[in-house]
Amino acid sequence: MTKVPPKQEGDPDTTGHSWDGIEEFDNPMPRWWLWTFYITIIWGIGYTIAYPAWPLVSSATAGILGYSTRGEVITEIAAVEEANAGINAQLAEAEITEISLNPELNSYAVSAGGAVYRTWCTQCHGSGAGGAVGYPNLLDNDWLWGGSVEAIYLTVAHGIRNEEDPDARYSEMPVFGDILEEDEIAQVANYVMTLSGGTPVDAAASQAGEAIYADNCTACHGENGLGNNDLGAPNIADQIWLYGGDYDTLVETVTYSRYGVMPPWQQRLSEAELRAVSLYVHQLGGGE
Amino acid sequence: MTDQVPPPSLYAAREPIFPRRVSGRFRNLKWVIMAVTLGIYYLVPWIRWDRGPELPDQAVLLDLANRRFYFFWIEIWSHEFYFVAGLLIMAGLGLFLFTSALGRVWCGYACPQTVWTDLFIKVERMVEGDRNARLRLHRQEKMDARKLRLRLTKWVLWLLISVATGGAWVFYFADAPTLLVDLFTGQAAAVAYITVAILTATTFVFGGFAREQICIYACPWPRIQAAMMDEDTITVAYREWRGEPRKHSQEAKNAPQGDCIDCMACVNVCPMGIDIRDGQQLECITCALCIDACDDVMERIGKPRGLIDYIALSDEVSERGGAAPASVWKHVFRPRTMFYTFLWAGVGVALIVALFIRSEIEMTVAPVRNPTFVTLADGSIRNTYEIRLRNKNNDARLFRLFVKGDPALRITLEGTPYGSIEVPADTSFLQRVYVIAPPGSPPAQSDRQDLRFWIEDLTNGDRAWKDSSFIGTGNQP
Repeated sequence: MTKVPPKQEGDPDTTGHSWDGIEEFDNPMPRWWLWTFYITIIWGIGYTIAYPAWPLVSSATAGILGYSTRGEVITEIAAVEEANAGINAQLAEAEITEISLNPELNSYAVSAGGAVYRTWCTQCHGSGAGGAVGYPNLLDNDWLWGGSVEAIYLTVAHGIRNEEDPDARYSEMPVFGDILEEDEIAQVANYVMTLSGGTPVDAAASQAGEAIYADNCTACHGENGLGNNDLGAPNIADQIWLYGGDYDTLVETVTYSRYGVMPPWQQRLSEAELRAVSLYVHQLGGGE
Repeated sequence: MTDQVPPPSLYAAREPIFPRRVSGRFRNLKWVIMAVTLGIYYLVPWIRWDRGPELPDQAVLLDLANRRFYFFWIEIWSHEFYFVAGLLIMAGLGLFLFTSALGRVWCGYACPQTVWTDLFIKVERMVEGDRNARLRLHRQEKMDARKLRLRLTKWVLWLLISVATGGAWVFYFADAPTLLVDLFTGQAAAVAYITVAILTATTFVFGGFAREQICIYACPWPRIQAAMMDEDTITVAYREWRGEPRKHSQEAKNAPQGDCIDCMACVNVCPMGIDIRDGQQLECITCALCIDACDDVMERIGKPRGLIDYIALSDEVSERGGAAPASVWKHVFRPRTMFYTFLWAGVGVALIVALFIRSEIEMTVAPVRNPTFVTLADGSIRNTYEIRLRNKNNDARLFRLFVKGDPALRITLEGTPYGSIEVPADTSFLQRVYVIAPPGSPPAQSDRQDLRFWIEDLTNGDRAWKDSSFIGTGNQP
């Protein structure tokens, strides 16, 4: 290895530290470095004057440029809305059943509808639209009030069982706990289980339940339990249950009734947004 | 109080450097490399490459808006960015290889900082004259008409080069002929002007004024390189055993004299302002101009060339002991460089293979697991998949989608009653796909079954596949 040369005149100074014979030079820093350091300080002071910076008791200095991140978001949203104004007007005016025939408009509507859905609908129907007990699953092919685009639009705009809007669809299942005896309710619950191909808890009760069903339930749910979209009466012959298809839940439903409501959205959402979210829900996999 | 030496200043001003003109084989090599590298940089965006009517006809283009990178016949989509990562790894390993074999050749010949500084010094020399004239001009304190004229001419030329440099950069990101017109008519995007302005400023300042300060204080590479060099690395060095004692030094008066005549030619040509005879220094970028300068002097005084030369440090030691230097090949071919070469070639081969086996059609499958499955009215179990179809062809293609797995599984596509879908040229298309298992079928009751999606390009029968899985009710309580 190379030997360490003896120190000569003109060699740079060292700090005097030495580790295993390795010394540390004490070279001066370049002057321009010092200047860049000063420039960063000046920049920092200027920045705190130009932008919001110094915390005060209940707010902060606003900065002479008047910048705020919230203001920036508002500007950006306004720009997006302005850019979309044309296509939103087109969406609001188009015949709702024919939007899907226009690929560009449909693609926009589905994207915009997805954003509306994620903002307003996920709280009840879930982020994946899979629903929950009492909150319909929007992915399947079973609809309480109809699964066409128009029917979905009607539901979204006016709500369900919304007593303040005469255009909202409304129905009410009677509280059969006041009408039927307890054993009759048990019999009809057993019978309903057979409609969807299930096995009743009590086969004898199920047979007795057929007559009770015919007298009390067919008006809405139909003779074979296929339901009625006009009345919001669920199909009770399929494999999809909003509250549950087991015996105990059925007894509870028959005894106390159910009264699921959906709020109307036409006061909060624009016409284009209502249509967009209807089209979005329609293409989730169960649209009719 | 006794006389005390005031403590030295913590800061030092930059010592101006006035490299003298030099000619020789390494200077010529540097001119060639400068011409090639600058030529590539300025001209490549102007090469045209026909890709058909729907795609850009620029040979090298980074289309950020459409997430595409075009390189002659190769087109890379954003999801294939690993090619770029691979190239960067190769560049890194290449630097390791060259550094361990040949020292800082990158710094000396190919680094943009070196190339543009070299160009700026050339301009400076053309305007203000060689070293002595520039020194005189520097020392002349009065800014008379001549000095002002020379300075302004130099700065304007530097600025023109800088604008051309900053301008050339943005041509890699948009259609060059269109952008050139847009830049001059004020039609180009703000980001284009800002980029040109920033790169103009950095070129002007780094090439004209900061120069060696960038290498010494800003660049991390010189510090990293120290770890890659060893005594077998061939680098620019002074044969001390041959040169010392110098003819002008005091102790050489009555002693045998070395070959070095202390003419300072090596120092005067150095763009970094150092004396190579002091040994290895972090400032040295191994540009080899001192070799040219010294060889010239040695020839004139009738001594053999190579007092300053590309040698390995181990050679310096063995030559001092009277032995002949080891051959260049022995220095270059050693386990370390072979290992770097092996790694470099390995990555390169992997990239080339990946490039050739990639298909013109591709798909990715993202199963929708929120919810994991949907029960349909008749009790069927449905899984949803978001399938992204990519068509890299220059024309629209009809893709047929099908699934291989349990024979009970059926496939439907959202938005179309057909089993095929048209994907426009050079785009990707997101299609929601449903796979349905009838009630009671094995997949409907299983907790998980494997399946494979296939796409077929109906134009030419090309196929691609992706594996996924079907989730049934088996996992439910």
